[in-house]
Amino acid sequence: MIKSLKASGNKLAMIKNQLKVLAGEPFQTELPTFVEKLKPLGQFPLKPNKLEIFQINLGYMCNQVCKHCHVDAGPDRNEIMTKQHLERCIEILRVNKIPTVDLTGGAPEMNPLFRWFVEELTKIGVEEIIVRSNLTIIRANKKYYDLPEFFKKHNVHVVSSLPYYQAGKTDAQRGDGVFAKSIKALQELNAVGYGIEGSNLKLDLVYNPNGAYLPSDQAELEAEFKKNLKKDFDIYFHNLFAITNIPISRFLDYLVASDNYEEYMEKLVMAFNPAAVEGVMCKNTISVDWDGYMYDCDFNQMLDMKVADKSTQHIDDFDLEKLEVRTISINQHCYGCTAGAGSSCQGTVA
Amino acid sequence: MEKSYYNPKDLKKFGDIAEFEPKLAEKFFDYYGEVFKEGALTAREKSLIALAVAHTEQCPYCIDAYTEDALTRGVSEAQMMEAVHVGAAIKSGATLVHGVQMMNKVKKQSM
Repeated sequence: MIKSLKASGNKLAMIKNQLKVLAGEPFQTELPTFVEKLKPLGQFPLKPNKLEIFQINLGYMCNQVCKHCHVDAGPDRNEIMTKQHLERCIEILRVNKIPTVDLTGGAPEMNPLFRWFVEELTKIGVEEIIVRSNLTIIRANKKYYDLPEFFKKHNVHVVSSLPYYQAGKTDAQRGDGVFAKSIKALQELNAVGYGIEGSNLKLDLVYNPNGAYLPSDQAELEAEFKKNLKKDFDIYFHNLFAITNIPISRFLDYLVASDNYEEYMEKLVMAFNPAAVEGVMCKNTISVDWDGYMYDCDFNQMLDMKVADKSTQHIDDFDLEKLEVRTISINQHCYGCTAGAGSSCQGTVA
Repeated sequence: MEKSYYNPKDLKKFGDIAEFEPKLAEKFFDYYGEVFKEGALTAREKSLIALAVAHTEQCPYCIDAYTEDALTRGVSEAQMMEAVHVGAAIKSGATLVHGVQMMNKVKKQSM
């Protein structure tokens, strides 16, 4: 198993080095910066709409080490959200009535307080609880085998990564044997009612390209995935979210190491879609890190770009009014969310 | 002049052919765009046909463009290579079927 950038001492584990790459070529001479693209649209400074999704990163620990992971997650990461912070999140959600909670990681299920937290969220009546499950965690250890039943009991909306409907590309991106375990986990989720047509147990899959190219039409990809997963494994799911790989962390390392960085950034800029700007997820989402700090999105979290208003950067100082009028922090990686049909944790946006 | 006949960056300049003859270029690009739209064939099927033809035409620009197009559409490596084989089979078949012409002439002119 490969190591995280952090554990392997990779220079891109230091955020300042990632920002240095994003500030360099091709944006010094050939390509416009993201700010320059937004200005003529009247979208700079970028401002949020109503807060609808509270995305909480329960920790960077993961049983997988995916090559493209923007979190640089893995078994060697030990950052994990404490009960104190989880309780504060519950309080924020209870008081502010934010409709959707989106739990991510790492593998969020590896936080020892994960089940307690989901139970508490259910008690306060959160409208929608999303868990971003990597699927293999369900088969990683006996203590996780009952997760499908647990998800069902709490009507959790399961969103899972599956970059391809065959083993080769999936394992190349997510590790040897991941595809087989993912298929088994999907079958178990189907068995308790997840992903079945007409079922209110929502199971969505996330597709992201297996290299330095952009995703194509989401509906076309969804049709291919549905056809092949049904034919080969009798697996069903609801929606496929096509997500663009954002040029940060391990994917940035891959782009630089494979000499694809400048060409990839050019593709993102050439595919810039003004219509996607209005739908970017930072407009309705706040991302919380394991240590309680808040960001405009998960990607800004990984670049340590906290929300700009210094008086409400931590959940202990959460102020909805201020957050809903903040200025969203942007950089060149934001081109990833505005290319083509746009990209967000909920798939395309335009 | 460039030192090589093919430069990958020239693919992005394809639209520049309008500089010397805008009307015909406009007609061509309109036609091209229409051809690749979803129709009786899906855009994905058309992409695979284009990939096969790109190889039989041995056009490096087209191979570059339609390999990437196929990747973005989630076409598998096996599907892409099968498409190239279809092109190769037609190309070699087209060569071999002319062998009949050769045989006809040989038989006509031989005792």
